[in-house]
Amino acid sequence: MLRIACPYCGTRDEVEYHCGGDAHIVRPGPDVSDAEWSDYLFNRENPKGVQLERWCHVFGCGQWFNVARDTLTHEIHAVYPMGQPAPELDR
Amino acid sequence: MMAEVGVALAGSVRCRNMKGYSASSLVRNALQGHRYWKPLWRNPKLKKSYAVVIIGGGGHGLSTAYYLAKKHGVRNIAVLEKGYLGGGNTGRNTQVTRSNYFWPQSAAFFDHSLRLYENLSHELNFNIMLSQRGVLTLAHSHHQMESLRRWANAIRINGIDSELMTAGDIKKLVPLINLHARYPVHGGFIQRRAGISRHDAVAWGYARAADTHGVDIIQQCEVTGFDVADGKVTGVRTTLGNVSADKVCIAVAGNTSVLAAMAGFRVPITSMALQAMVSEPVKPCLDTMLTSSVIHMYVSQSDRGELVFGGGADPYTSYAQRGGIPIVEETVAALLELIPAFSSLRLMRQWAGTTDITPDTTPIMGKTPVRNLYISGGWGTGGYKAIPAGGDTMAHTIANDDPHPLIADFGLERFERGALIDEGGASGVAH
Repeated sequence: MLRIACPYCGTRDEVEYHCGGDAHIVRPGPDVSDAEWSDYLFNRENPKGVQLERWCHVFGCGQWFNVARDTLTHEIHAVYPMGQPAPELDR
Repeated sequence: MMAEVGVALAGSVRCRNMKGYSASSLVRNALQGHRYWKPLWRNPKLKKSYAVVIIGGGGHGLSTAYYLAKKHGVRNIAVLEKGYLGGGNTGRNTQVTRSNYFWPQSAAFFDHSLRLYENLSHELNFNIMLSQRGVLTLAHSHHQMESLRRWANAIRINGIDSELMTAGDIKKLVPLINLHARYPVHGGFIQRRAGISRHDAVAWGYARAADTHGVDIIQQCEVTGFDVADGKVTGVRTTLGNVSADKVCIAVAGNTSVLAAMAGFRVPITSMALQAMVSEPVKPCLDTMLTSSVIHMYVSQSDRGELVFGGGADPYTSYAQRGGIPIVEETVAALLELIPAFSSLRLMRQWAGTTDITPDTTPIMGKTPVRNLYISGGWGTGGYKAIPAGGDTMAHTIANDDPHPLIADFGLERFERGALIDEGGASGVAH
């Protein structure tokens, strides 16, 4: 069971949240090639280690925020608001 | 015809390594106190160079090696396994084999696999304990029954058996079922040729047969990098030293993204933990496999008597090979609602495997952006049923440097072309 610290509500169980996948993905402009567009749509880093991802506190405040979480140990290294750059992490 | 080919091959396995299994060998070894059984495969040293290196000693890696050696006459093959043979998803799945797919490409591929499974015990001279007890997919509303009718008919149009069932038919087949549950059972459809088999036996049978054909199976050997020159793979780096290879195949399930990153290309995969669990063993009480996408649960009874069941994947990226309690609770609750009599059973074990899930839940097979480097991945939550066909078609692909016709649409390039094969519904439960 993950225990995630919502920046607005405090620490709650994982069942209150929805994981929205990779954070910091930038949508390319309308004039990109098929290769760039499919890379944006489908390809994922999927790291074995720290991943920067978006979570939504769906059964709470309903707010989105970012989490830096290790996909191998499930350890959460940082929680930070949407729109902020990724924190410096030793990874 | 398949049976004849299988018997002929079983014969060849027997005479080459002189350890073929038969009723007489069982009796002979029993009379000798079982002291003279030989190991199923050698434990060779890693050589400096191979024609083909296959990364991953699970079902797909081993079957690919076997068919490369047997059907394409490739000598000098190595299978590199970082842990122990069949210790990843091959040993963690719920052993189901079926071909009840919607789209023609998937149906052709998975039915080829089921047909190979039907003859695999003969082919490998190893009892994989295939039991074709059927897979019964449930509908819980009038509208879902309509969509299952469409699915079941698509399967028949694909040339594969499927049969619609009323709630009454289902009650006869599964007397313990509670038709009037929170989500009442309206009906369903069954593929009777589907079934379960013993997953360890599939890994061991392919390993033994591959070894007999000269394949080096190297366990405890982790690949740490690739040697690439002019866009072409020339070898792999491992924890046991560097190996040069003409061709390399990645068959590593949940770790596909990690290996692809080492080779310098990206894949549309998310790795997630998929759990399964078993109850204590009881006498036979469920002789088909039940699955429901609405209550998110599938269950069968193993020949040891345990109920083997699972549900959805843990809903976030994970390489941990363990799952969380929320999914266990959800899955057990769904099982008990459907079959209340199971509430008196104790849960014996629970575990998870790392599944590599693609956007369309269709595998990624074929060539990669690196020449002579091939991929058999994206098996997600359904790789076990595909082991024989996956190996057969990948072996063809590697030997000819050209995708086998059955997997021509499964290539990595389908995402750029927008030619996805959406089988999200075919897994029976949403992942």
